Amino acid sequence: MPESATAEKKTKLSVPFDYDKYLRKNKLPHIWCPGCGHGIVLKALLRAIDKAAIDKNDVCMVSGIGCSSRTPGYVDFNTLHTLHGRALSYATGVKFAKPKMKMIVVTGDGDALAIGGNHFIHTCRRNIDMTILVYSNAIYGMTGGQFSPTTPGGAMSTTSRYGNIEPVFDCCELAKSAGASFVARATSYHVQELERTIYEAIKHKGTSVVEILDQCPIYFGRQNKYKSASHMMEMIEKDGTVPVAQAGKLPPEKLQGKLLRGILHRVEKPEYCEEYAKLVEKAQAK
Amino acid sequence: MAEKRAKKFMQGNEACVEGALYAGCRFYGGYPITPSTEVAEHMSVRLPKLGGKFIQTEDEIAAISVIVGASLAGMKTLTATSGPGFSLKQEGIGYACMAEVPCVIINVMRGGPSTGYPTGPGQSDVMQAKWGTHGDHPVIALTPAYVPEILAETVRAFNLAEKYRTPVMVLYDEIVGHMREAVTIPMPGELEVIDRVKPTCPPEEYLPYDEKYEVPPLAAFGEGYRFHVTGLNHKADGFPTNDPCVIEEGIKRLLRKVENNKSDILKNDEFELDNAEVVVFAIGSTARSARFAVRACRERGIKAGLLRPLTLWPFPEEAVRKTAKKAKAIIVPELSLGQMIYEVERCAPGVKTVGINRVDGEPIKPAQIIEAIEKFK
Repeated sequence: MPESATAEKKTKLSVPFDYDKYLRKNKLPHIWCPGCGHGIVLKALLRAIDKAAIDKNDVCMVSGIGCSSRTPGYVDFNTLHTLHGRALSYATGVKFAKPKMKMIVVTGDGDALAIGGNHFIHTCRRNIDMTILVYSNAIYGMTGGQFSPTTPGGAMSTTSRYGNIEPVFDCCELAKSAGASFVARATSYHVQELERTIYEAIKHKGTSVVEILDQCPIYFGRQNKYKSASHMMEMIEKDGTVPVAQAGKLPPEKLQGKLLRGILHRVEKPEYCEEYAKLVEKAQAK
Repeated sequence: MAEKRAKKFMQGNEACVEGALYAGCRFYGGYPITPSTEVAEHMSVRLPKLGGKFIQTEDEIAAISVIVGASLAGMKTLTATSGPGFSLKQEGIGYACMAEVPCVIINVMRGGPSTGYPTGPGQSDVMQAKWGTHGDHPVIALTPAYVPEILAETVRAFNLAEKYRTPVMVLYDEIVGHMREAVTIPMPGELEVIDRVKPTCPPEEYLPYDEKYEVPPLAAFGEGYRFHVTGLNHKADGFPTNDPCVIEEGIKRLLRKVENNKSDILKNDEFELDNAEVVVFAIGSTARSARFAVRACRERGIKAGLLRPLTLWPFPEEAVRKTAKKAKAIIVPELSLGQMIYEVERCAPGVKTVGINRVDGEPIKPAQIIEAIEKFK
């Protein structure tokens, strides 16, 4: 290894990432349970924001209701904790009023895909510039473990005590079909990949959706016979997913029951605020 | 030479748009619903020309949500709806009360319950305006009755929203919303326009819910004040709390903002009230019939008068009490089976109150009110 490369590596290791720059430390400790994946996602998100070098004053983080939706309280941005399911609408209001804002919406599978499903579809359809992180742990954690639109068939929850009979919503397929111009799936297990994916989502112009598989060991894991948080991460996030780049090379039986991860869809499309600016020009020219 | 003021023949819903634009509203979010849709239609034409923002949302809930978000980004914002849409917006109205976000909600009242009578008038949302969202919260609701008045009252709604950092509702029935009358567009400066107070302190000292103020200054997102907003009970810094004292004091301050400023918020139109023995208490199209009836009765020598609130919430308790001292009876015509009458009775104990009620989609006619007044001559 050349000497310069070794030196660079050493420097990187000796300067750990300064999370304090972005955290409201006096609002910690957070409410998340031991083993929860949300803290891992938060750290990846902060590193991605830092890499994208966005001024903190220009970042607006919006959330709905649920465990993941408590994230904005802990970070030093313009932060808005709203109503269950409505984060995307509030975020649309902020962004449309002030297009310079860099919008990051933190939401859960229940918040985004059940009670907020309509807003999710139409936000994607408008392709308004914002990054939507769907923390998908297949359960309503804050209310104590009820099944959600991403709870697997047969799974136990406090409202599916005989096994869940509802089919699963594929968040990424939904986002793509609805018109989002960037769609990706990541996990809290593949941490570096998660950071890179969030970074790409933030840099993308238009609606970018990242479904993040993360674990709720307390309310999903315990009801479904997972031994620990790490057991869940290995079973669901590591063994349950395949990188999209490898998927084409694998035989169908190897893909059976697996979710693809990585950037699944990325296209350039007209962005809502920019289209509106053109409309204003047209109206004013008349 | 002074510029000539424009005079136009326009619909109530269009006058609402003129009022909103006059007040500095540059953001509209809404969903089509009869009989308020013309507000959205006119806004979609006018706002882009002014560089303002118009968005047709996917539903009523998104509409109230985008206007709260946009208000936090510093804009004056409006939505308009009716009956079922007003029901859907209630959770969002509660959020705006709790988070103290100024915005204006127009409710062009139609017949209910449920989908009811979309093209017919109603006045059965007055209690929903007061109590529709859960929890204790302040409510300001204005009730114009004439097309030019819709313009002026929409301006006042924005002023009150900005001044008291709270959502303000404007309630008018379908008849007034769709009626056309001559409206003189006021010149700039002719009507007072109030903007919210913004903080001047350094960002690190800013407390968005500072209890030392009755109405704390409100920063806009993206201007260096990185503050937190939540619908949870919160402390002065905006972050959630479970402290019982802080929770109670926070809710009480919300109510105090309106309670302590009633003299500024209340507004009544009093017609022939001085020596009135029979008083009619009415809003909107019903008040127009009532005015006609009072005039007709006076011509016949009956001492009738009209008390017409332009601010229905907070309720004009003092005005009703004062009127009740001299009155033999108070007649309350309403396009509902009786809602405001309970408030009138509360403020006028011992005075005979008579309701005139219609829910058949037809207006209350002057003759019905005259007949009721004549029973007390």
